[in-house]
Amino acid sequence: MTAEPVAELRRVRTERLRWHSRRAFLENDLVLQRFWQKQPEVLEETQAALLERLLVLEDHDLWELLSGRRAADDPAVQGLVELLRQPAVQ
Amino acid sequence: MSAKVTVRKFDAVIVGAGGAGLRAAIQLSEAGLKTAVITKVFPTRSHTVAAQGGVAASLGNSEEDHWHWHMYDTVKGSDWLGDQDAIEFMCRKANECVIELEHYGMPFDRTDNGRIYQRPFGGHMSNFGEKPVRRSCAAADRTGHAMLHAMYQRNVKANTQFFVEWMALDLIRDAEGEVLGVTAMEMETGEIYAFHSKATIFATGGAGRIYYSSTNAFINTGDGVGMAARAGIPLEDMEFWQFHPTGVAGAGVLITEGVRGEGGILRNANKERFMERYAPNAKDLASRDVVSRAMVTEINEGRGCGPNKDFVYLDITHLDPATIMKRLPGIHEIGIQFAGVDCLREMLPVVPTCHYQMGGIPTNYHGQVVVPGKRTQNEIVPGFFAAGECACASVHGANRLGTNSLLDLLVFGKSAGETAVDELKKSPKSHKELPADAFDRTLARLNRLDTQKDGSNVHESRLDMQRSMQKHAGVFRFDKLLKEGVQKILEVQKDVEKTEIKDKSKVFNTARIEALELDNLIEVAVATMVSAEARKESRGAHVRDDAPDTPERPNGRDDANWLKHSLWYKEGNRLDYKSVNLRPLSVDTIALKTRAY
Repeated sequence: MTAEPVAELRRVRTERLRWHSRRAFLENDLVLQRFWQKQPEVLEETQAALLERLLVLEDHDLWELLSGRRAADDPAVQGLVELLRQPAVQ
Repeated sequence: MSAKVTVRKFDAVIVGAGGAGLRAAIQLSEAGLKTAVITKVFPTRSHTVAAQGGVAASLGNSEEDHWHWHMYDTVKGSDWLGDQDAIEFMCRKANECVIELEHYGMPFDRTDNGRIYQRPFGGHMSNFGEKPVRRSCAAADRTGHAMLHAMYQRNVKANTQFFVEWMALDLIRDAEGEVLGVTAMEMETGEIYAFHSKATIFATGGAGRIYYSSTNAFINTGDGVGMAARAGIPLEDMEFWQFHPTGVAGAGVLITEGVRGEGGILRNANKERFMERYAPNAKDLASRDVVSRAMVTEINEGRGCGPNKDFVYLDITHLDPATIMKRLPGIHEIGIQFAGVDCLREMLPVVPTCHYQMGGIPTNYHGQVVVPGKRTQNEIVPGFFAAGECACASVHGANRLGTNSLLDLLVFGKSAGETAVDELKKSPKSHKELPADAFDRTLARLNRLDTQKDGSNVHESRLDMQRSMQKHAGVFRFDKLLKEGVQKILEVQKDVEKTEIKDKSKVFNTARIEALELDNLIEVAVATMVSAEARKESRGAHVRDDAPDTPERPNGRDDANWLKHSLWYKEGNRLDYKSVNLRPLSVDTIALKTRAY
């Protein structure tokens, strides 16, 4: 595969994740919006893969993680959760 | 953008996969009709998930209850603006709809003897307003979420075809006014389709995002309401929005009334406990409307807090930290995440926050969209139905009771589906031919967006709209501000008509989606501002400073002149009115009286 289609695939993956960050309730929307405001135009691949795992969660379960009530089982996913929660732990 | 539009045919198309859309789809698919559901997000990510309180039904599992008492409470809650035929219908259908949901597998909380557990909720009383009654059926604090799951499964079983991550763009009507489906965009490809149908049901939820401070999720952009307005359907009672007094300023996240219940105090810029002046006895625990009004008065009179003096503080720093963490576990995290404040040591910034849209697309209790015509004020628009928050049946009138929103979407989702099935079975017909201009509006909008030069920024225009709505048509309204607000929102509308997007790509172009959503939001915003400016009384959630409480007009309500529904038309930005239906289906009218709790 040439470089251009790969770049396009990465862009589409990012845009899909941006849309999947539209959630059922406001708390999750706001935390994810804050995250996106600090990201480059196209997400780095590892980051995108971790975000995909978070965004497939049901909204109540996602909020349990984002509000710190529960920790993710996978340390890598929890790492992203910590990043999302960053203004909270400053 | 190519002008190619692929046409797909269905018996019925439903726009929106929250509670109302899923309930309607069950009815249609189980009747064997080919049914499509178009939804921007996966069904179980719809905003219905946020509903925690429960669903009202007079099952009487814990104590004596009756649908007639529920009806009385709903009429009173609506400040007599609700249509009493629709309210009787909803309250009588409640038990059937809740039990059906139980049979779909909804995990309701149970009593010891295995019946659905019911808890009390504000405004729900027994024996025509005598004392609180246990009427709300819930599934822990995840009622909406559990409801969506139960109904989604049922739809999968019934072969409903879901079009997930598709956005409906415009209603298709022919020269006779009959609705023949919608145009829609598949987000993954950016391609445009037409869903050609015999019945079209809108269940797109509310448009709470028109306000700067809103508890609504970002998806709540009033898509169905905007589409209906563009297609010439009037919008009913759009001046009525329910506000919650304490949303986190700048974020909108709700802070439960329990915080004031535990001793939280509202303070202005001078740190004064201002509620002592407005409600000397109840103080910070006065009713929602009294508290909201006091907060807005403080802000308007220059005693707001922060650099823009546009919020007040909620102070719990005097409470024992252990009590806060035990009784109000979520509040500390909300303060940190959304206000950047540790509420154990600092005060929380709060403002009255938009929560629920009472008005919407006018329907009768069969879920059919109705508009004034040559013969009556409620002529059916053939082929068009609406249910849930986007619709105005009208059961909530000027204010909605808690737990009646989930009931509304169950009852009227089912009713719209049932009526559509009856019509299609009664007179089987082939698809009526699409008019030659069926896609023109959609293609013109997309083309305009793709070719706009030197246009306005979507984000900035949306913010302008939200700030204007918050300032000029908030929870407490003033004639001068409303008049200025009408001018302001019409200016914002001009900006929205020339939004420009830099990214013209087709695949998952969120910038394009947000611009198209703003086209819908602005219709709702204009309708709200214009309807609110015109209604010169206070009723339910519409409270005006210049409609004072007098013996002739208790609470500022003016039945002689304003016991009527507003209808706003996009064309000509004009208002019309229609009478409230005070005649229930089988019982006596619940007579007008002062609304007092």
